[in-house]
Amino acid sequence: MNNIFGIIFIFVGLAFDFFGCLGLVRLPDVYNRLQASTKCVTLGTCSIMFGVFLMLGFTPAGIKSLLCIIFLILTAPVSAHAIARGAHRSGVKLWKGSVVDRYAEDKEGKE
Amino acid sequence: MKESGAPLIAMKKLRWFIGTLIILGIFAVIIFYPIKILFYPDLPYIPLFTRALYILLLSCIFCLYRILKGPTAPDRIVAVDILGILIVGFCALLCIPTGRSWYIDIGIAWALQSFIGALALSKYLEGKDFDE
Repeated sequence: MNNIFGIIFIFVGLAFDFFGCLGLVRLPDVYNRLQASTKCVTLGTCSIMFGVFLMLGFTPAGIKSLLCIIFLILTAPVSAHAIARGAHRSGVKLWKGSVVDRYAEDKEGKE
Repeated sequence: MKESGAPLIAMKKLRWFIGTLIILGIFAVIIFYPIKILFYPDLPYIPLFTRALYILLLSCIFCLYRILKGPTAPDRIVAVDILGILIVGFCALLCIPTGRSWYIDIGIAWALQSFIGALALSKYLEGKDFDE
């Protein structure tokens, strides 16, 4: 039973990974690509890890995969935020169809 | 690049053609003659996990396309970060059909390296020093 649930989790995670990388190829802008791919791939890899944990049980490898899930959830949004901030400060322009840019408005208000 | 004449452009197209042929050949070898040394034959679910590894390999090819084609530097940095997270998933998947538990250790170390690399590259994008 645990094996069946583990395989279901692993394939859901693979679908998330695949669509995230498809968004990395298809979307028009740095920020859109970042938004699609980082969330999808982080969630997909965490789902794969949880499936591996369900298939292995409470062996050392399973507990290590749980640790890796916690580490990924803590660090992947931080790195995505840092990359977005660095891209905006280095002067990469938005896509021409994008509507609002709060970060530039905040910077203009401060200076 | 604009000054180059017709022979250089033909040379470039030929080079792209040869590279595409090599990549397609590697895919054909992987699909029609799967790697049997890597997996133990006794353990279950081996055909299922080979399909899963093919899907992850296709996602990695998408990331490599973005690294080659990306118009600005942040595109390439995003693609490298995503490639790191994908390889962590790859290591976790390899753990079950081979029966060796140290693949997950490689995954944890790779996640740490990828995080530190993304932070350093974003600092470099902002144009600051590293000790700030």
